[in-house]
Amino acid sequence: MNIPANLKYSKSHEWVEFLTDTCARVGITDFAQSQMGDIVYINLPLEGADVVCGESFTDIESVKAVSDVFSPVSGCVSNVNGALDDAPEQMNQSPYEAWICEVQGISATEELMDAAAYQAFIEEQ
Amino acid sequence: MMEKKTPLYDAHVALHGKIVPFAGFLLPVQYPSGVIAEHMAVRTKAGLFDVSHMGEVMYEGPDALRNLNMLLSNDFTNMVDGQVRYSPMLNEQGGIVDDLIVYRHHQDKYMVVINAGNCEKDVAWMRSKLFGDVQFTDLSDSLCELALQGPNAKAILSKLVSPEQMPTKYYHFVPEADVGGIRCVLSRTGYTGEHGYELYASAEDAPRLWAMLMEAGEALELIPCGLGARDTLRLEASMPLYGHEMDDEISPLETGLSWAVKMDKPDFIGKQALAGHTPLRARVGLKVTGKGIVREHQDVYLDGVKIGQTTSGTHLPHLGGAYAMALIDSAHAEQGTTLEVDVRGRRIPVEIVALPFYKRG
Repeated sequence: MNIPANLKYSKSHEWVEFLTDTCARVGITDFAQSQMGDIVYINLPLEGADVVCGESFTDIESVKAVSDVFSPVSGCVSNVNGALDDAPEQMNQSPYEAWICEVQGISATEELMDAAAYQAFIEEQ
Repeated sequence: MMEKKTPLYDAHVALHGKIVPFAGFLLPVQYPSGVIAEHMAVRTKAGLFDVSHMGEVMYEGPDALRNLNMLLSNDFTNMVDGQVRYSPMLNEQGGIVDDLIVYRHHQDKYMVVINAGNCEKDVAWMRSKLFGDVQFTDLSDSLCELALQGPNAKAILSKLVSPEQMPTKYYHFVPEADVGGIRCVLSRTGYTGEHGYELYASAEDAPRLWAMLMEAGEALELIPCGLGARDTLRLEASMPLYGHEMDDEISPLETGLSWAVKMDKPDFIGKQALAGHTPLRARVGLKVTGKGIVREHQDVYLDGVKIGQTTSGTHLPHLGGAYAMALIDSAHAEQGTTLEVDVRGRRIPVEIVALPFYKRG
């Protein structure tokens, strides 16, 4: 399982890359995509939307089922990866490049793990 | 409830299948190649499925045929030995108890293949309806069933079966085919919309039969396929599935199975309820024209008015888009009609299109 050392991870299997102290990119982990199977659609959040820690901010449809994605941070969506609209399979192929959105004005975060802690966490699953 | 393992459980684990509980069995939903790759393998090369969860019962005796003709809505009178026929099994109210296929070994001997999830209910129902001189046996636990499907299926099977033992016509079977030394009921049937075969053998032969077919298929790009691809393939071929397009309260006339309901037969269970019944709902195909995926049990709207519900739906890999089937008010079931489906609060536009979505060329 691929778990890059430079990212932070939530218990609901999202990754966070802090671009500044209050701005971050968010995506789903390799573990999450492998659990979902072939991804065929993402209902992308809208730019300007507020996201709240621990609350669903988008859903991802795989062939098998729909999965909620929970926001690891609270803030405002400042940028959306529109490329996923046409190529949602990028989340299967390269989950750490296929960021979903950028959030700015981050006021709170979930309890986030570093790579080693996340590795241990998914081994327990 | 403890789930049962099919005789191929260890083979699925060894192939890194993702095991899930389904209809009382532990079965692979997919292997590492994934649902889309497995689906495409069946459309373009070949796939092998363990469908040992399916139930099999046997009707034997001088009154076997009379029993089936009373129990089932299709007509079995004019079948020939080695022929297979589909039928719904109805309740007294004209709803569907299950759908099944009947294999005629000879005039007094028929194997009936039923859905895993309905096995217990069906066997009790069938036993309660027996009459005359007939012997009823539940073989479900003693048999395995494999499905070899796809354009390469014939070439793969031909490596293990002599030409005269290959069933040549669709919905026909060879009762005692020798498949690499294993005795099988071998039929040209399937649930994928593709050319293919289904093999029934003794449960203890299952691991060897599976391994032999996988080996014979190696050079012909055969891959193992799980329940996920089985579902997307049947949906793409627009085959109804019990619990989705059929249940105890859906009539076969509503869900597009009137071709298998022979109202000119003297009698069968459910006939009275269906006589003079005008279906108010119709099963239709929906192509999603907006963005998103439509799934089962989502409400269907015409101009803001609810006219029905979806029964199945997902992304279909070969057609490359989102599709669904739905039961809707039959007054609005015309092809080309634009409707909307409520997907978790979002209204997604869809269009009624012809069924089947996919037909083998």
